[in-house]
Amino acid sequence: MTRSLTGAMLGSAIALAAMVGSTAAKADGEVNIYSLRQPFLIEPLLEAFTAKTGIKTNVVFAKEGVVERMKAEGVNSPADVILTVDIGRLNDAVEAGVVQAVESPVLTANVPASFRDPEGRWFALTQRARLIYASKERVKPGEITSYEELADPKWAGRICTRSGKHDYNIALLAGMIAHHGEAKAEAWLAGLKANLARKPQGNDRGQVKAIKEGECDLALGNNYYYGAMLADPEQKAWADAVNPVFPTIGGTKGTHVNVSGIAMSKSAPNRENALELMEFLSSDEAQEIYATVNYEYPVNPHVKWSPLVESWGRFTPDDLPLSAIAELRSTAVRMVDRVGYDG
Amino acid sequence: MTAEADAFRGAAAAPEQFAAVPGDGRRRWHVAALVTAGLVALPVLAIVRTALFPTENIWPHLASTVLPGYVVTTLLLMLGVGLGTFVIGTGTAWLVAMCRFPGRRVFEWALLLPLAMPGYLIAYVYTDLLEFAGPLQSALRAVFGWSTRRDYWFPEIRSLGGAIAMLTLVLYPYVYALARATFLEQSICVLEVSRTLGRSTWRSLIDVALPLARPAIAVGVTLALMECLNDFGTVDFFAVRTLTAGVFDVWLRMGNAGGAAQIALVMLAFVVLLIWAERRSRARQRFHHTSSKLRPIEGIRLRGRKAWAATLACTLPVALGFVVPAATLADYAFTSASAEWSPDFLRHALNSLGLSAAAALAAAGLATLLAYAARQRAGKLVHGAIRLASVGYAIPGAVLAIGVLIPFAAFDNAVDAFLRQTLGVSTGLLLSGTVAALVFAYTVRFLAVSLGAVEAGLGRVTPSMEMAARTLGHSPSATLRRLHLPMIRGSLLTGGLLVFVDTMKELPATLVLRPFNFDTLATFVYQYASDERLEACAPAALAIVAAGILPVLLLARSVGAARPGRKRDGT
Repeated sequence: MTRSLTGAMLGSAIALAAMVGSTAAKADGEVNIYSLRQPFLIEPLLEAFTAKTGIKTNVVFAKEGVVERMKAEGVNSPADVILTVDIGRLNDAVEAGVVQAVESPVLTANVPASFRDPEGRWFALTQRARLIYASKERVKPGEITSYEELADPKWAGRICTRSGKHDYNIALLAGMIAHHGEAKAEAWLAGLKANLARKPQGNDRGQVKAIKEGECDLALGNNYYYGAMLADPEQKAWADAVNPVFPTIGGTKGTHVNVSGIAMSKSAPNRENALELMEFLSSDEAQEIYATVNYEYPVNPHVKWSPLVESWGRFTPDDLPLSAIAELRSTAVRMVDRVGYDG
Repeated sequence: MTAEADAFRGAAAAPEQFAAVPGDGRRRWHVAALVTAGLVALPVLAIVRTALFPTENIWPHLASTVLPGYVVTTLLLMLGVGLGTFVIGTGTAWLVAMCRFPGRRVFEWALLLPLAMPGYLIAYVYTDLLEFAGPLQSALRAVFGWSTRRDYWFPEIRSLGGAIAMLTLVLYPYVYALARATFLEQSICVLEVSRTLGRSTWRSLIDVALPLARPAIAVGVTLALMECLNDFGTVDFFAVRTLTAGVFDVWLRMGNAGGAAQIALVMLAFVVLLIWAERRSRARQRFHHTSSKLRPIEGIRLRGRKAWAATLACTLPVALGFVVPAATLADYAFTSASAEWSPDFLRHALNSLGLSAAAALAAAGLATLLAYAARQRAGKLVHGAIRLASVGYAIPGAVLAIGVLIPFAAFDNAVDAFLRQTLGVSTGLLLSGTVAALVFAYTVRFLAVSLGAVEAGLGRVTPSMEMAARTLGHSPSATLRRLHLPMIRGSLLTGGLLVFVDTMKELPATLVLRPFNFDTLATFVYQYASDERLEACAPAALAIVAAGILPVLLLARSVGAARPGRKRDGT
């Protein structure tokens, strides 16, 4: 019995090994990507990269555990680059010691200094603004212009957001803490919670849908969802029900922004190719794809916004350094717990 | 060493039994079980090690803010799902096993169908259907002229109650499958005696059949509860904050993997306590059938209103747990403009099927090894190791995946470093990032499922049969081959198929551990579903469900066929 069982297991192991076939490691003309971004978002960019350079891209996509995987794999990790959203996640990778500094005149020329680590350990690729979506029917244009006003009792029972623990909301709260200090930021969060129409749930698109259905009048959401919804036959009606508002933060003219970015793995077996990919993603060609396909704001100042993104209006990004947001993340998470925002 | 000492002690404690049987291979079984259990427990041990090194003590903050809420929510969720799966699972199992009513033959297998439906999918579907913007509430508003949420009351699907309902609907089949198998294997004589002694049909259920089936039902409910603890997708989507939510907050947003591991271990302690309490309350009771009179159960013929009530009781779980969500997905897949029909389905489906088959085989094989070794008068050490090996099921998949990563990568890096030093060649990562790591992770995660089924099956092999085989000179291996395996074939198949279906649906560990450019149906669905683009991934979601139906049907057959002495009575 044991023998036949062992045989069967061995057999299935061999079959499995054959099934996978392509185990990517060090190989000429390849680059290995650990991505926290969904495949369909980065596929157009990777296809353009392969078409241009002939370098094949291998991707593992996971939202959690990527940094832990790189840490465990250590010097033998096949990862060349890590692609992620949120400055906090980039910071995690730096702190875990799984990335290496990159020096590249191309990257320094394409990515403004405020969008990269001074030591070259991470580079932002796109910028995304955290907007307020306001009901076209029930909110007058100009009726809300700042994040601070979300705590105004006049909006009681009229606001929808996703979980306060989500990366995007944590980053916004970290921005509020940086501008106002902890005590004021906490009072603001409590005020916002008091105004919620329902328990925080769903994602950013879900909040806009809720406005369309009349559950609430204001919602927080990243700018690119607006474009994505307009392009989706099922969701266009949701987007049509709202006006995007670029709110200001901390009495400045700036709107809270966050980034998506890239870092090179410390172990990168295909360092040259990885560098080529990083440079490509910051180039005009790739930045234009980000702008037109993903409706994000390019970090490369030479690249024009897509006409659709342009039509939502120009805005000034908050000039708070990204590192400040990354540092205050843990404070923000605790604040969400204290206020019981998700409860 | 310890194993041998332990085995020796065991043998010495009962010298009058078969201590001197020739060809005694018991010790070998103990050692094999210890090694296997040790390997399977590695990820859990890696998590324990991580828990020893938190970046800071998270408990004061948690305790003063969200922890009480998380604990209460977790307990309520477990209570709700435990009760729900027990009532639905046992009730329907009893009806189809012991009664005759319209549709019974269909329900026998149909009641298992919700197993093919992943919890995260059913949650998405019901939210779409039942939320404020969904078709049901919109229709109600149109009919009654309401306009806003404040005009009427409607249960909120994204709530604790909703989560309990969703998880109960997809988890009750564990209880149903195990309870039905046990009811079918019960000797009719016991029930006849009970009825002769004046018990009514229903009293017989409560007084005789249920206690006899208790070990199996307990296993089923425990599985459901463990699944409920490790679930993140459903509760997260419903904004229900359980301890699992705490694990992810501390890990991902406070950057404290050690603290997260600590919460995961506290949850594990919950489960261990639960299993211990159940076993303790059964104490030393052992039920073995001493009669082998197993002619087909006649069944109580239900008539009139009772028959319809039985039909309805069986229809509801199938309809809500399978038909409605599957039909909704099919509707999206075939009518929605944004449905993505990808030609890659076939490749993803083959990946899913291959992994599931390998995991099922491994989990069933290891479960047999462990459960049988435990029967060989194993000491506390072996028993303890086996328990430890089966707790992986209660750990959130993503956390368990990290636990798998650590020992695998450590092994790979050690081999690589050794070969670099001695031979000057680099092997890189041999196992990490391969399907081997995935299959191992699934085996660790789902071993509890197959172990539960196999243990329940072995429980029905009476010690006297075993003693007879051993007295006749069979070694433990030969006894297993010639006595146990034929007798537990049904349970073994049940365990294997449950693991198969579970692996088809598995998501979080797959995401973290998979090789490059590797998708299963579940990961493919996830990339859209996580963005609430259910219409887009409906075709792939439907494929998961469809791929799960065949093993579920096989499962139904295997449970039915497991009844010894069963005639071709057409059921």
